[in-house]
Amino acid sequence: MSATETTEEISVRVGTICDGLAGLEGPLLPILHEVQEEFGFIPEGALQTIAKKLNLSRAEVHGVASFYHDFREEKPGRHVIKICRAEACQSMGADDLSDHAKRKLKVDWSETTSDQNVTLEPVFCLGLCACAPAAMVDGKVIGRVSKDRLDRILSEVES
Amino acid sequence: MTVKIYVPLDSGSVALGADEVATAIAATAAKRGEDVQIVRNGSFGMYWLEPMVEVETSRGRLAYGPVAVEDVDSLFDAGFLNGSDHKRYLGHTQDIPFLKAQTRLTFQRCGIIDPVSLDDYRANDGLKGLENALKMTSEDIVKAVTDSGLRGRGGAGFPTGIKWNTVRQAPGDQKYIVCNADEGDSGTFADRMIMEGEPFVLIEGMIIAGLATGATKGYVYTRSEYPDAIRIMNEAIEVARANKLLGPKVLGSDYAFDMEVRMGAGAYVCGEETSLLNSMEGKRGVVRAKPPLPALEGFMARPTVVNNVISLCSVPVILEKGAEYYRDFGMGRSRGTIPIQIAGNVKHGGLYETAFGLTLGEIVDQIGGGTASGRPVKAVQVGGPLGAYFPRELFDTPFDYEAFAKADGLIGHAGVVVFDDSVDMMKQARFAMEFCAIESCGKCTPCRIGSTRGTEVVDKIARGEDPEMQKELLADLCETMKFGSLCALGGFTPYPVMSALTHFPDDFRPHALDIAAE
Repeated sequence: MSATETTEEISVRVGTICDGLAGLEGPLLPILHEVQEEFGFIPEGALQTIAKKLNLSRAEVHGVASFYHDFREEKPGRHVIKICRAEACQSMGADDLSDHAKRKLKVDWSETTSDQNVTLEPVFCLGLCACAPAAMVDGKVIGRVSKDRLDRILSEVES
Repeated sequence: MTVKIYVPLDSGSVALGADEVATAIAATAAKRGEDVQIVRNGSFGMYWLEPMVEVETSRGRLAYGPVAVEDVDSLFDAGFLNGSDHKRYLGHTQDIPFLKAQTRLTFQRCGIIDPVSLDDYRANDGLKGLENALKMTSEDIVKAVTDSGLRGRGGAGFPTGIKWNTVRQAPGDQKYIVCNADEGDSGTFADRMIMEGEPFVLIEGMIIAGLATGATKGYVYTRSEYPDAIRIMNEAIEVARANKLLGPKVLGSDYAFDMEVRMGAGAYVCGEETSLLNSMEGKRGVVRAKPPLPALEGFMARPTVVNNVISLCSVPVILEKGAEYYRDFGMGRSRGTIPIQIAGNVKHGGLYETAFGLTLGEIVDQIGGGTASGRPVKAVQVGGPLGAYFPRELFDTPFDYEAFAKADGLIGHAGVVVFDDSVDMMKQARFAMEFCAIESCGKCTPCRIGSTRGTEVVDKIARGEDPEMQKELLADLCETMKFGSLCALGGFTPYPVMSALTHFPDDFRPHALDIAAE
């Protein structure tokens, strides 16, 4: 998306997504997912369009979008690194790994590095509990993540 | 002759490098002029051996694992295409002790077949349960499931047949089957594994549930954290449609059933069935007060079966082999088999399907082989983030719904997470409260506010601010959450908190908690 996209342009693109999915039973979540897929986040301007298409209030759509951890209000970094914080991963050192990542990237959870390169997100279970600790880098799952392995991943996404 | 090589596509295996290994095998074979066909199968669930590569030989399927990209050249040099010996050689897959000792009813084809090949599924006795069900009345199908003793495998253990019968008898021209695949509990991955490794068994189970209740539409609601499972389920559904397994005439009968996959959006509470239904309807995933039961007013206020993945995947074998066959496994009121997921700090982590009744100690020490770190086991959390922590003293507890309840614990979705002696149980108790605070849907006060206050109380104990009084306060708070919350999120958070406090009192002395900066 270009930084100069107008609300009107956003509205057209979101409207097309809505038209494609409005026939589903309970279309709001699939629509929000697709909008986020398209823009990388849920633009403020999208809410009104979705509301209109689904005959809901803008507040209702905002209420739903803000309830779920997945939906972002801001554009993420070029890479998204998720580290599992759940118990199975904790038992294998996930807390240390998270601290290490935060220190290296100089961010806290759900923040993006100042160069807009990496967003660090917590995740509670990737179903990789027998190969803990686990992480997901740009949608790709990684098991038994050591600090060294994380460093290699970070240098790869930085190059 | 083409040699068939199996490299799992299971995301656990992929997380350990299976894609790279598959690519390396293909490239090396091409370079050496070897004629190979690589099949991406599901995982057998032995994660310490993943990626586990199998070769089909005249002697059967032989396994090598764990295989790294660096091993590929030497495997070819050693002649693994003929099943030759190698440092990674494991012998016949089915003879690997961890697998051989299991009773695999639900996961019987997982790992064996190409997940999206309906021919493979049929060739391994798939669809036999559905074929039988198509000749039965809805009443008889429900009776078979009831007689089998099958209980919900998602957590609460409610008898599946009774739920189905309620939906069957409920008035309504449109009914639904909703598969709860929102497997958010830490330590659990059975749903993910079977959706990735054997999706047709879930499709078959859902069609049978539809036949039994009069539902013609099914939904699988799963997590956005499981992109691979979603992709494979969708692929399998398309194959099923193309082969008339789904659609207006299921397997040529007069019966219609179709289904689709819905993706959640990172809210743990949506694993609770009423939150899940709200989420599917496009609302905030807040819990609904019951009654009305979802069986009467579920998705779109219509009669709806909400079952866990493993419950639905257990149905085909019951219809294929009969209620008694299934019921004869297990103990007490816990019948059939349960896929136990052994995870965390454990040597042999993976999925182990067996009849109910093994003791917790057998699971952790014998099957799991103790900790991965080699240090002593200190605590085992069973049943996800809302499950109790068990100390060694309770290792003789048999894996059975009632026995676990008696020990103030729960089986839940049968995840077992092992911790060594480096774990700080006060920190784990704090995490349980913190997790509840992060994931609470906010509808009821004990869960929404109790969890935040609970975190603060644990911090006060850690700082030594009148710790004995704070412990009493914590117990009181847990009591309120247990009995005052609308759903299991607030209601069960006291399990990990109180079990930590009860069984590991030494950890609740004032000391600095090593807590990651929030």
